[in-house]
Amino acid sequence: MSYPSDLKYTKDHEWVKIDGGTAKVGITDYAQKQLGDVVYLELPEVGRTLKQGEVFGTIESVKAVSELYSPVDGEVTEVHAALVQHPEEVNKDPHSSWMIAVKVTGGQDGLLDAGAYTELTK
Amino acid sequence: MVEFGGWDMPVEYQGLGDEHLAVRTRGGLFDVSHMGEIEIAGADALRAVQHITSNDASRLADGQIQYSALTTPQGTFVDDVLTYRLAGDHFMLVVNASNIVKDFHWIAQHVKEAGGDAVAVNTSSRYALIALQGPVAQGVLQTLTGVDLSAIKYYWFATGEVAGVRVTISRTGYTGEDGFEVFAPPNSAERVWDAILHAGKSAGVVPAGLGARDTLRLEAAMRLYGNDMDETTTVVEADLNWIVGWKKESFIGSDVLKHQKAAGAPRKLVGFEMLERAIGRHGYDVYLDGQKAGVVTSGTQTPFLKKAIGMAYLPADRTAPGTEFEIDIRGRRVKAAVVPMPFYKRAK
Repeated sequence: MSYPSDLKYTKDHEWVKIDGGTAKVGITDYAQKQLGDVVYLELPEVGRTLKQGEVFGTIESVKAVSELYSPVDGEVTEVHAALVQHPEEVNKDPHSSWMIAVKVTGGQDGLLDAGAYTELTK
Repeated sequence: MVEFGGWDMPVEYQGLGDEHLAVRTRGGLFDVSHMGEIEIAGADALRAVQHITSNDASRLADGQIQYSALTTPQGTFVDDVLTYRLAGDHFMLVVNASNIVKDFHWIAQHVKEAGGDAVAVNTSSRYALIALQGPVAQGVLQTLTGVDLSAIKYYWFATGEVAGVRVTISRTGYTGEDGFEVFAPPNSAERVWDAILHAGKSAGVVPAGLGARDTLRLEAAMRLYGNDMDETTTVVEADLNWIVGWKKESFIGSDVLKHQKAAGAPRKLVGFEMLERAIGRHGYDVYLDGQKAGVVTSGTQTPFLKKAIGMAYLPADRTAPGTEFEIDIRGRRVKAAVVPMPFYKRAK
């Protein structure tokens, strides 16, 4: 799977799609492959403020539990409740499976573009 | 790949979930060559085996196998083992990879202590072990051997050839399915592996890794050494009374086990099912009425039953099915309930 050019990526294998002042956040195809079959997703409450690099939730597969890190500073404005009910969608379509929407207040340093992220995962 | 007991082991091939389902519905092929073999031979071999293991090996005939424990004087597990009777004066114990060195020292010392004509030999490097598990196992393996597999009963073995390689074929496994484990010389193991995969291709046999092996054994409520029992838990606490030969003469730790059987052990291993969406994993604390009361030993989301299940030690008086308790899952208390084991039992 190739990495969409309209997304930015973190070294912790999250993606972020920034559209105006709002960002949607998910995990990358590389991350879902490492995890294997995803079975649970724990996400924060709407209204929570996050710093870049802060843990905002956990994702759990049959094999392992992994923490989710916010790619930006901001406030959680929306949580993808349908994905929590069907977390296996993360395996099927990782780059469309957004987990939270964040009103961005800063902290976008160090995000990678698709090319740099592809290099990182080689 | 992951390091396991000094071996590089594949956690999964095409995917843990798919491999798990393949074994339940068709067949899976596992390379379990990491397992160890320790042989005990001599005129007094039976006496030595009776001294060091909990089960009654005098009940075995040639070609028969039993599940057993290597016990400490405290009735706890040095290891859990399969005892194979190769001949009246020759037994083979199949042991866990991570315990081979420890077990061999323990066995050699205590065989000597038992006295008489018996000697222990670590033969682990002489065998590769390939497990074909699942409902198609017999049909697939039969195309590669002249041994009449239908004549090998569960927990019996035979010798013969598979794909032209001299092997021991054992009707055993660690998945809760019917299947066979094939002991082959290491230099011919690849040939056996390739032949079985090729013969099983049209029946849907796939290679399966350590990940599926763990979720399969847990559904079948088979214990994992180092998780569900170890040198701190007794055979009675692990709820494995059926692998103790209660009528045989004393063995290492038998006094403690007999006492625990009569008076009751303080805690017992139970099966549980999560009542909320979460997985209670190995090492997570268990709470009863707000008090820490035990620990989870194994836990997963099972691909076949599609439930979060596990095993935990609970105080013995709180182990009835339906008993609710809480598991501390990364700081959050999540509800679970005791359920009977095994979680999965194959249709006969």
